[in-house]
Amino acid sequence: MKLLTHNILTSNIIKGVTRGFPLKIKSSRLEVKEVDFNPDFILRILPKLDWSALRQAATEVGYGNGLPEELPSSLEGDDSLQKTIHNILLQVEIVEGELECPETGRKFPIQNGIPNMLLNEDEVS
Amino acid sequence: MASSGRPERQAPPELFYNETEARKYTSNSRMIEIQQKLSERAMELLALPEDTSCYILDIGCGSGLSGECLTDNDHVWVGMDISPHMLDIAREREVEGDIILGDMGDGMPFRPGSFDGVISISALQWLCNADKAFHKPAKRLYTFFSTLYGVLSRGARAVFQFYPENSSQIEMITQQAMKAGFTGGLVVDYPNSTKAKKMFLCLFAGGAHQQLPTGLGTDTVPQESSGASFSAFREKRKRGDRKPLKNSREWILQKKERRRKQGREVPVDTKYTGRKRKARF
Ligand SMILES: C[S@@+](CC[C@H](N)C(=O)[O-])C[C@H]1O[C@@H](n2cnc3c(N)ncnc32)[C@H](O)[C@@H]1O
Repeated sequence: MKLLTHNILTSNIIKGVTRGFPLKIKSSRLEVKEVDFNPDFILRILPKLDWSALRQAATEVGYGNGLPEELPSSLEGDDSLQKTIHNILLQVEIVEGELECPETGRKFPIQNGIPNMLLNEDEVS
Repeated sequence: MASSGRPERQAPPELFYNETEARKYTSNSRMIEIQQKLSERAMELLALPEDTSCYILDIGCGSGLSGECLTDNDHVWVGMDISPHMLDIAREREVEGDIILGDMGDGMPFRPGSFDGVISISALQWLCNADKAFHKPAKRLYTFFSTLYGVLSRGARAVFQFYPENSSQIEMITQQAMKAGFTGGLVVDYPNSTKAKKMFLCLFAGGAHQQLPTGLGTDTVPQESSGASFSAFREKRKRGDRKPLKNSREWILQKKERRRKQGREVPVDTKYTGRKRKARF
């Protein structure tokens, strides 16, 4: 699971959970995979990101360095920050680990890079 | 599907798409080709601006064949599927999208407005079945569509190619989609051919009024033809863009290079790569 996905993933499909975001991350195996750098996409997705959740997640998995506390109003032309963000959003991958609902503590395992978001009967809203 | 009947009648999807079935999505060239063709048509109906990299959700992403079509068009995607075996194949294929194990009938676990579009190939009809005692198809469809509406950006489209079993399934599906706030409707390609006929549910999540695209192989001449609006998108591309034009030689070379990086078998590049073939009948 990439940190971009973590930045949009919630547990609010569980009955009674209102926001379910950000999910806490525990990572026991991490990989960095090369993905083509696509600055257009990075610039387009930035306004949709929850920056503080991204910083926190990146820090939790040991990649928080180089991320400013506040996102600058424009990244146009800042190649190095664009590449840092590209790396954190798309290249860093949690292969084994766990996500945790911030409201209920319900855990979602991550195996072979795939988070398991399947609900039990009594959790479905 | 012939003699064995419809897959949805045999077993729940997480059991039907077992290791053997999933393997077909890398070994059976006919199945692969069908998935690719359907994905390309669905992409066309999505009508994303061609010079923009969008963020797309693929529902029932399975082995990632539909996702690869998104990657080839420079989009970034997230896929969800209920079958772990299908997702294992996607991992094996080293698809560029990120994949999640989930049941669409449980709802879409994403923040509001996350995606620019949704694609779904041959998956939606599965929701019409009650695979567990507590499943109520209409309710699961509603949960699915209403949460899906929320995770789309305003005006975004969701295109589902699907195989309804009968007209009451179509009715149940479209009813729940409309109840969830979507507009749009069915696009039927080649409606008069039993073999080539394909159905696409084409939904719009709010925003300005959008014209429903016209199906292929229909006799009626579309006034405000979908073909026209799609080619308008294409013409918007400015010359001198960094990205090569789709299906051009350069575009094919880039795509092959991506596949090679994943260690996959790719035909060698020759002077014929990307050349137009002569029409032979
Ligand atoms: C015909 S396959 C599509 C394959 C996919 N487009 C690909 O490129 O490999 C249909 C897929 O829908 C998935 N599916 C069926 N019901 C589902 C559900 N309730 N939630 C999520 N996925 C589902 C199946 O597991 C299967 O992988």
